[in-house]
Amino acid sequence: MIFRPTDEAQVVEVVTWACGDGVPLEVVGAGSKRALGRPVSCDHVLDLAALTGVTLYEPAELVLSARAGTPVVEIEAQLEQHQQLLAFEPGDWGPLLGAPAGAQTIGGVIACNLAGPRRVAAGAARDHFLGVRAVNGRGEAFKSGGRVVKNVTGYELCKPLAGSYGTLAAMTSVTVKVLPAPQQTLTLAWFGLADVAALRRLTTALNSPVEISGAAHLPASIAVRSSVAPVAAAGGAVTLVRLEGFAPSVAHRADTLSALFGGAQRWDRALSRTLWAEIRDVGVFCGDSTPTVWRLSVPPAAGATVVGAVVARLGADVPAYYDWGGGLIWLAVPGTLADAGAAAVRAALTECGGHATLIRAPEPIRATVDVFQPQAPALAALAGRVKDSFDPRHILNPGRMVPGW
Amino acid sequence: MEMPKPDAAIIQRRSEIVNALAAIVPGNGVIAGSDALRVFESDGLTAYRQVPLVAVLPSTTEQVSQVLRYCHEIGAKVVPRGAGTSLSGGALPLADGVLLVLSRLNRILDVDWDNRCVVAQPGVTNLGITAAVAHRGFYYAPDPSSQIACTVGGNIAENSGGVHCLKYGLTTNNVLGIEMVLIDGSVVRLGGRHLDSEGYDLLGLMTGSEGLLGVVTEVTLRILPRPATARALLIGFSSNEAGGDCVGAIIAAGIIPGGMEMMDRLAIAAAEDFIQAGYPLDVESLLIVELDGCAAEVDHLAAMVEGIARAKGAVSVRASASEEERLRFWAGRKAAFPAVGRISPDYYCMDGTIPRGQLPYVLSRMAAMSRACGLRVANVFHAGDGNLHPLILYDANEPGALTAAEAFGADILKLCVDVGGVLTGEHGVGVEKRDLMTYQFAALDLVQQQRVKCAFDPQGLLNPGKMFPELHRCAELGQFHVRAGQIRFPDIPRF
Ligand SMILES: Cc1cc2nc3c(=O)[nH]c(=O)nc-3n(C[C@H](O)[C@H](O)[C@H](O)COP(=O)(O)OP(=O)(O)OC[C@H]3O[C@@H](n4cnc5c(N)ncnc54)[C@H](O)[C@@H]3O)c2cc1C
Repeated sequence: MIFRPTDEAQVVEVVTWACGDGVPLEVVGAGSKRALGRPVSCDHVLDLAALTGVTLYEPAELVLSARAGTPVVEIEAQLEQHQQLLAFEPGDWGPLLGAPAGAQTIGGVIACNLAGPRRVAAGAARDHFLGVRAVNGRGEAFKSGGRVVKNVTGYELCKPLAGSYGTLAAMTSVTVKVLPAPQQTLTLAWFGLADVAALRRLTTALNSPVEISGAAHLPASIAVRSSVAPVAAAGGAVTLVRLEGFAPSVAHRADTLSALFGGAQRWDRALSRTLWAEIRDVGVFCGDSTPTVWRLSVPPAAGATVVGAVVARLGADVPAYYDWGGGLIWLAVPGTLADAGAAAVRAALTECGGHATLIRAPEPIRATVDVFQPQAPALAALAGRVKDSFDPRHILNPGRMVPGW
Repeated sequence: MEMPKPDAAIIQRRSEIVNALAAIVPGNGVIAGSDALRVFESDGLTAYRQVPLVAVLPSTTEQVSQVLRYCHEIGAKVVPRGAGTSLSGGALPLADGVLLVLSRLNRILDVDWDNRCVVAQPGVTNLGITAAVAHRGFYYAPDPSSQIACTVGGNIAENSGGVHCLKYGLTTNNVLGIEMVLIDGSVVRLGGRHLDSEGYDLLGLMTGSEGLLGVVTEVTLRILPRPATARALLIGFSSNEAGGDCVGAIIAAGIIPGGMEMMDRLAIAAAEDFIQAGYPLDVESLLIVELDGCAAEVDHLAAMVEGIARAKGAVSVRASASEEERLRFWAGRKAAFPAVGRISPDYYCMDGTIPRGQLPYVLSRMAAMSRACGLRVANVFHAGDGNLHPLILYDANEPGALTAAEAFGADILKLCVDVGGVLTGEHGVGVEKRDLMTYQFAALDLVQQQRVKCAFDPQGLLNPGKMFPELHRCAELGQFHVRAGQIRFPDIPRF
């Protein structure tokens, strides 16, 4: 059965019943990322998409509250009217995962702790998530945080809820920090750099006082797939830096970087927008025949080494690109591998640390391969106890992140 | 404030415990003499004092682990302590508790320029991080006023902020990883040199957990390149309302300054008298707005802010003309607490946060409350994010004065909650605000927090008596109350 509650009391009622009877529930918003994670097989769905609406938006206070099922596009449209935005720049992985674009809800974005290219400067969803109302696996409604940025009153339960993929509690309403939209955006592009040289350039740029809000490198095999004309036409690798802010500042910083690295092509605001959206939404792997896509978060300076190690194990046919100055790697592996390349990908991380998530793969693979990075025993045990502290009967999205809970 | 009843059996075993700890931390790692212990009897909240059972100062993670494992085995309470600058009694010792002092874990382990992070032990001071990277133009952004003394371990425990966190975030936004030891002695690593830890964000949960969940033994902190330039503007207003309005207008113009602080008349006078920062004395409220970035940006924004300030009725605007002058502007603000300490025998520092727009209302209410109870109050705020620091002036030698100051303080914090804010913005709940938690949180909110505590520390041995007004046993919290016989979802849409 699909339950579609229209208020928090109804969510409480459904979860209370499920907990009492030990009935697992699949928790969904719009379902755009339903194909992410280990498959959850539940007879019942707790669908939060009817909990909609922005309940508070005070532009001068830089704060917005919405019911968890509110579509992000709706929130972004309201913000745009006041020249504001969600600074963590959540991507839309719907199309990557075979779902329609523009459907995702704010609750889903937070539950997956999304973060776009601006992560390097502005943080992830977790960093902007100020307050929550949620229903835990016992059917108890609780709140944490608030509507102000400076708040250390009690434990920060918002943090573990961000990135919990609905396995701790069903969020019913969330409060986020919003920020002024940049007045100007400019992208600098350099061409033909090999991965190592490109990441070194991005590191130099990020280590300079020129505030950068996007630092990506698209190797040749990725650039050709781009739907952004000047990238696809480059005929080789493209290295990108985004500058945002007040116009005089952006111009000045662009000159500083050009002086540092030699002439770059400058791409304007409109082009920047489509370009960074494609990077953010993993556009180059959408609709791809390669079914398996990994997302790696690594120490940025180790990015090229990690990709090199994966290629060494899996062969050259592993298209990959870098965001976050090398700290975020998107990588596609051939669909023929039984473990989806998990052994090779994870082995590449042992030296430098970091984690790899199997974002897209056919269901049977996601049922057998660790979709999320396996944790050391003491940490895994602790995480299990945290899960139990919210959802002791494993009612909410059981098995989505870790087999067994 | 009532602390958990001391465990007489543990107190009786004191000499045995001292010996066992000395075996774990040889040399002079254990402090047991009553005079020597007295230096630890309070933290920055000096109204509360208690000499610990014993203090232990380990110098390795392994020793921390053994100490905790031992305390866990015998059921002894443990209070972690960094530099003891907490303003909420977070590091207040317990008569039957081992004080675990982390100040000897004070080494920087690695500076990783390419990954823009520093790996350090928890006893390194906040300023010590910046000092280690300043020569190459980097700094650690969260800058609590206590940064010369406070430790990064304490910063994580309190999720400390500073005057620059409006733009650069709190501790939680600047920590990449930690190593911590749980009460059973197990060592857990969270995060690393990459962004966003895998699995549940326990790093985010640990940050601000006030020493109740685990003991931090190593930290990895994000460092940032120092902005090319920075300029501070001192802007005076003839009313607090006008100052508050200007803050709102700056943000409405799309500007997020590096820092935006406000002081009221009493705080301005005290700071100027103490530091000679160059503050105007003929204004009711003073804003310090710092703009940082490339020169072009700073010029542009400074002109915008000055324009906004004039439009909002500023009676004086002065921009720092040199780096020395900029630092002097800040020195007055950063020394505001001790400065107020000079004009009153004692002061009590509060730390609520309010939605910024409520500032004029809250200030006028506070003034009325001040008149009613006869205690003066000086105000400094992190104006950009609505974090208030009212300093209540009193004289502890006057009978009843401390009680009156505490009551006034509690009323201010309740007012913060009433207008949509919170009890504490950066100083933590500790013992001080523990009993007010029920004012902000409903019973179930606190129950969920305590269940999380049970996941880390089921016997409640780590820093008990802090944060939660009522301690529930974990067994009791773990029970189910299945409500039988209810009508099942008569109105819920289902398909
Ligand atoms: C003059 C003055 C100005 C201040 N200004 C600011 C300010 O601007 N912003 C701000 O946020 N705070 C400020 N504070 C408060 C205080 O400095 C911070 O809370 C600081 O982070 C505490 O660090 P500490 O090392 O002194 O910790 P302590 O006071 O020793 O301990 C604080 C808490 O942390 C726990 N703890 C300490 N170390 C560890 C560890 N390694 N692992 C686990 N738990 C641990 C303790 O148990 C305790 O609960 C100020 C304090 C003073 C006295």
